[in-house]
Amino acid sequence: MGNRTPLYDTHVAMGGKMVDFGGWDMPLHYGSQLDEHNKVRTDAGMFDVSHMTVVDVDGAEARDYLRYLFANDVAKLDGSPGKALYTGMLNENGGVIDDLIVYLRDPGYRVVVNCATREKDLAWMRKQAEAFAVTLTECPDVAMIAIQGPNAIDKTKQVLGIEWTAAIDALKVFQSVARGGWFVARTGYTGEDGLEIMLPGEDASGFWRALGEAGVAPCGLGARDTLRLEAGMNLYGHEMDDETSPLVANMAWTIAWAPESRDFIGRAVLEQEKADGVKRKLVGLVLEERSVLRAGQQVVVDDSDDRGIITSGTFSPTLGYSIALARVPVTVGYTAQVEIRKKLQPVKVVKPCFVRNGKSII
Amino acid sequence: MSEIRNELKYLSSHEWARLEEDGTVTIGISDHAQDALGDVVYVETPEVGNTLAAGDEAGVVESVKAASDIYSPVSGEVVAVNEALEDAPETVNSSPYDDGWFFRIKPSDVKELKNMLDADTYRSESED
Repeated sequence: MGNRTPLYDTHVAMGGKMVDFGGWDMPLHYGSQLDEHNKVRTDAGMFDVSHMTVVDVDGAEARDYLRYLFANDVAKLDGSPGKALYTGMLNENGGVIDDLIVYLRDPGYRVVVNCATREKDLAWMRKQAEAFAVTLTECPDVAMIAIQGPNAIDKTKQVLGIEWTAAIDALKVFQSVARGGWFVARTGYTGEDGLEIMLPGEDASGFWRALGEAGVAPCGLGARDTLRLEAGMNLYGHEMDDETSPLVANMAWTIAWAPESRDFIGRAVLEQEKADGVKRKLVGLVLEERSVLRAGQQVVVDDSDDRGIITSGTFSPTLGYSIALARVPVTVGYTAQVEIRKKLQPVKVVKPCFVRNGKSII
Repeated sequence: MSEIRNELKYLSSHEWARLEEDGTVTIGISDHAQDALGDVVYVETPEVGNTLAAGDEAGVVESVKAASDIYSPVSGEVVAVNEALEDAPETVNSSPYDDGWFFRIKPSDVKELKNMLDADTYRSESED
């Protein structure tokens, strides 16, 4: 038996097909991954993401610590409690230990990291914390529910009632509001509008059922993956890992180079890599043949013996054909070929983002 | 719990086969297989007229989650394929033993069916 979130019994009761995910028993789908995917693109769906790790960072030097620990700069949050920032946490070689969201609380910060990388993340954060006056507090009793889709916010407001309406209406994208043990953020991992809500574990089941009664469809990890891939969002262990630089993982926009006086872990290596010229980049691939691109397949690029590799691939339910993210030589043109079962199939090369707010953006 | 039909024969790789009254053999994938694959999005069937040996790759089924090869349990000539799966691959999920069949073979040696698993053996294998 794996770890279980406070919603485990609810998932089983609602027909969730439970699978192991990074040591957690999580729902893969509740019948059809495709139906769940489409519900999020056209209406509203909810995901149990309580397996993610929540760490609060407090203390006099919390800001200095996080400015050194993260490639993005938490100084961008100064004066805006509730605001969120997406960043990579890098090692000394400039590889990505994890990608995460950090929120400015008042006082302190809240960091949400991936479940699959929990142990190494916490070990790294603790090690780096030794030089700073900070305390790290893990919040294992916090449940986390993501409600996503064009009607997600309206339906969530119906459930939360009048006392939350004004606060949620005032939330801009990548902002959060905290109240009475609940933490409501306008963030997500689907390319749709929506909320991610952290709440006490004992409240999770009742809230989940109330959302279901309001017409929010329960969705599993399967739909979460196809939605994030259509949205061109990275998944740790696929588009990035300890050996992969954020500069080749479409994360250059998350690196705060200014001010030059700020040292952060990995900075020197990334500056050198930039000066030498980045050799590979993350692109999107589109296959209109009747086949499916999968992680691990090789990408053949014109005028280069160096092959690329698909980091994530799937059938896109919204587009009706297969899409992928791939790490390829920077010389790639507008087309390439992918080796599928020993045959080369032609693919289009596009920006690594396919669907936003329900619509194709290829 | 997935359905395993007693009148069918099975392979460990989750294909089923049914001997029809006209002597042909119909082949598909089991309820257990479609459930494990999840939503099916493409099915690649063999071409009518192709000759297959028992154990040959006969096609591919692609779900959102994974690709899986389909093997022919018997030798013979492909006499029909389920063309409806081209536009409605989800039929494999909704009706794996009836409307979701893959292809039909005119067997060169019908005794090869005896090499397949009966329902009880397949049931105990797929429960592991």
